[in-house]
Amino acid sequence: MPSLGADMEAGTLVEWLVKAGDRVKRGDVVAVVETQKGAIEIEIFEAGKIEQLLVDLNTKVPVGTPLARIQTELEGPPGAVAAAPPPAVPAAPLAAPPLVRAPVAPPSPPPVAPGAEARARISPAARRLAEAHGIDLSTVTGSGPAGAITYADVERRFGEITAPSEKKRALGLDLDAMRTAIAAAMARSKREIPHYYLEHQVDVTACEQWLTRTNAARPPDDRLLIGALAIKSVALAARRFPAFNGFYRDGKFEPASAVHIGVAIAIRGGGLAAPALHEADRITVDELMARMRDLVQRTRAGRIRSSEISDPTITVTSLGERGVETLYGIIYPPQVAIVGFGKIVTRPWVIDGAIGPRSVVTITLSADHRVSDGHAGALFLAEIGRLLQEPDKL
Amino acid sequence: MNDIDIRKVVQEELNNIAPEVDMASVDPAADLRETLDIDSMDFLNFVTAIHHRLGVEIPEIDYPKLVTLDGAVAYIAAHLGSSKN
Repeated sequence: MPSLGADMEAGTLVEWLVKAGDRVKRGDVVAVVETQKGAIEIEIFEAGKIEQLLVDLNTKVPVGTPLARIQTELEGPPGAVAAAPPPAVPAAPLAAPPLVRAPVAPPSPPPVAPGAEARARISPAARRLAEAHGIDLSTVTGSGPAGAITYADVERRFGEITAPSEKKRALGLDLDAMRTAIAAAMARSKREIPHYYLEHQVDVTACEQWLTRTNAARPPDDRLLIGALAIKSVALAARRFPAFNGFYRDGKFEPASAVHIGVAIAIRGGGLAAPALHEADRITVDELMARMRDLVQRTRAGRIRSSEISDPTITVTSLGERGVETLYGIIYPPQVAIVGFGKIVTRPWVIDGAIGPRSVVTITLSADHRVSDGHAGALFLAEIGRLLQEPDKL
Repeated sequence: MNDIDIRKVVQEELNNIAPEVDMASVDPAADLRETLDIDSMDFLNFVTAIHHRLGVEIPEIDYPKLVTLDGAVAYIAAHLGSSKN
């Protein structure tokens, strides 16, 4: 069971997408785990053959518990592999089954965590339908054998939710649990990270004009948003200023070798997640935009992948077009910086000695004083502003 | 396709973005971005969905004409069939 956030202690395995004997490659989604952040797709980090699934469906296990045994392509004897890198899990050949070490998991019968018994069974089709419509399964009454939730049950619930009399609540994500997770992360950040804050006003008229020209010739599928340019500019700047890209862990800063931008995504009804857009500095703006659309859609549907939770090396947050001009971000630990974009406004601006109307955005940086100082932060922020003057080169 | 059908499609697509909203109770003259709390990504997804379903390609420059339910229906009705797609 991978750690999907500093505050996570356990997760519930709700779906296996592989079975014993299946061949997998690095990055394949092999299971779905339910956490405070919603359902997370778990990716495997080794190539090989699934030897044995070690955790039954609907079982809650602590972080670090091996979920499956996989025979890797290089070694003969099977090794135990957790489907994520951060928690240390034995990679050595499996002598004593790791399950024995898991406190809540007796070897047999299949381990059941407290509370898991109460969880209703659900058919895969019903789960998919619920996810597609953002239905919270805890609100669905099962009519199948032993209270199992059927496709029809989910359909009925969807009808109730969309009925006019229902209250405003229609997401599969548990927003209360998400709020608890946000609170834990932000409290830790405020407790541990000595933030400093900088702000910089940047003329983004060139970006707007370039987007207008570029999008005019494109069908809606291929159109770009200014948010894609913002993320690309931060990613390029982060590559040049490594003190803002990485993790502060165990009393020291570890710069990251890649730039994975955490994209802050608002969830309807009051939630927030910042999953990773991988290698944002190395992909084209078109590719970045396509991946951002996919990421926003999946996040809002409650389908984030495990690597997207654990990988962000720096976060970008944007208030969009209807917010306010300035936001002061709180760093998401163990990251060391967050860049905020306010609403774009039209302001009088001096160019070549003449005043004219320009589109201006306030960009802020909150950074970790244990790692960098305002001087470096100012250069980093200025670099982002400079990059945004030449959108065609992003 | 008449205005009633178009309105139904528009409401369905907006409901995909804002599933908790009862579209029947939305003021057809109100700004959808405010009423439904939709952002630029949501609006782009809405425009994309309309393009896929009805073949009406809405250029960015026309976005302001679609910020209300009535405006969106009128715009689509006027461009249905005359679009290149």
